[in-house]
Amino acid sequence: MDHITFLVAVVIVTALAFDFTNGFHDTANAMATSIATGALKPRTAVLISGVLNIVGAFLSTEVAKTISGGIVDDTLVTPGMIFAGLVGAILWNLLTWLLGLPSSSSHALFGGLVGAVWVGAGSDGVHFDKVVEKVLIPAVASPVVAGIAALLATYLAYRITARARKESVTRGFRLGQIASASLVSLAHGTNDAQKTMGVITLTLISAGALGHDAGPPVWVIASAGLAIGLGTYLGGWRIIRTMGKGLTDIQSPQGFAAEAASTTVILTSAHLGFALSTTQVCSGGILGAGLGRRLAEVRWGTAGRMVIAWLVTLPAAALVGGVSASVVKHGGNIGTAVIALVAAAVAAFIVVVSRRNPIHAHNVNESHEVTLRGTTPTSVGTAA
Amino acid sequence: MHLDWTALGEVTAVSIGVTVAAVVVFALGVLGIAQVESARERDGGTHALGLAQAGLCFLACAAVVGYGIYLIVPQFH
Repeated sequence: MDHITFLVAVVIVTALAFDFTNGFHDTANAMATSIATGALKPRTAVLISGVLNIVGAFLSTEVAKTISGGIVDDTLVTPGMIFAGLVGAILWNLLTWLLGLPSSSSHALFGGLVGAVWVGAGSDGVHFDKVVEKVLIPAVASPVVAGIAALLATYLAYRITARARKESVTRGFRLGQIASASLVSLAHGTNDAQKTMGVITLTLISAGALGHDAGPPVWVIASAGLAIGLGTYLGGWRIIRTMGKGLTDIQSPQGFAAEAASTTVILTSAHLGFALSTTQVCSGGILGAGLGRRLAEVRWGTAGRMVIAWLVTLPAAALVGGVSASVVKHGGNIGTAVIALVAAAVAAFIVVVSRRNPIHAHNVNESHEVTLRGTTPTSVGTAA
Repeated sequence: MHLDWTALGEVTAVSIGVTVAAVVVFALGVLGIAQVESARERDGGTHALGLAQAGLCFLACAAVVGYGIYLIVPQFH
């Protein structure tokens, strides 16, 4: 293991940390609506999702050949830049989790890398036309498509079952949700775990520890799968609350329609080579399902905050990635250690702040808001 | 910059078509089950048509799920 330098070791640990945040940030995509409608108990839901993510990680044979899918010039990327980019992505993922905002983990990773490469290798290293093609266009199109599909499907599902026995309908769609949510989890595992495997593998190749065109060693597959699975099992309850309760009040036919739409959009796009964000697809599906049922309240304020988070994700992660890259570039190993410590401190601070108003499996469905201040249970119209 | 509008259109059409079809078929299956259950509740009888409808619809949905798993798992290709 002569090739594993300090920097390479730090990159691997950071990549696994990102994978972990990716997991708990995205649990909501597959499971939020199932938890909200009571199709699955919260703990059961995250367990199923975690296991399927690990299974997905082992199934995905085609590990990303490029770190960024062409958004940055991969030949200019050094382990230091990858580290800086990952730090940007992790911090953005933690901040949006604290605020309960479902934002795209992939966009955070791309943003971090764009910032790091821009600072580390100059703006020529960033392919801005690819950013538009691979990030912006799918980001606009995919939630809209999932939303329209879910809207139509929800409307028809309610029309068809309008006069049927209510309990049978609710139970039937709840059972259906278990299948559709599981498919989303499996697809997520095959996609997102392999991104981390790609990052680690390419770092090992650039450090000379692996030959060119080498596949990921078993320990890389296993650790990436475990990191994303554990993250998923931990459950990003704050984001689950926003997606399951915050955007709209979901009933089981809507949950089923939303998940069916998300699964189809994810699978058709992957089949046709379209990169997209699972988070944005699922949010679009849930909004569509909210619009498809008459009398369902869609909270546009929450939806608006979420869209703002999407817009800010790439630049914000890029900013952190860029700052980190400049410290790493000028500070060498010491700079890397400083950034790692600062990032760990910021992460710890975010976790401490989240403790003031913890959201977990037991209270996830109790409210539709994620606030930072500890909420004392207030009844409506409480006087001061 | 090259934008593949055909692919975008295909994703849109296929996604909306498959989602609506799958959810409609599933809803018809649920409707069948609901008929069976309300018949049982009413007079303890069975509703053969509802049962057949539910069976066929859920079978079709299972096939769609199977195809989804086939698409997700690269080893099957």
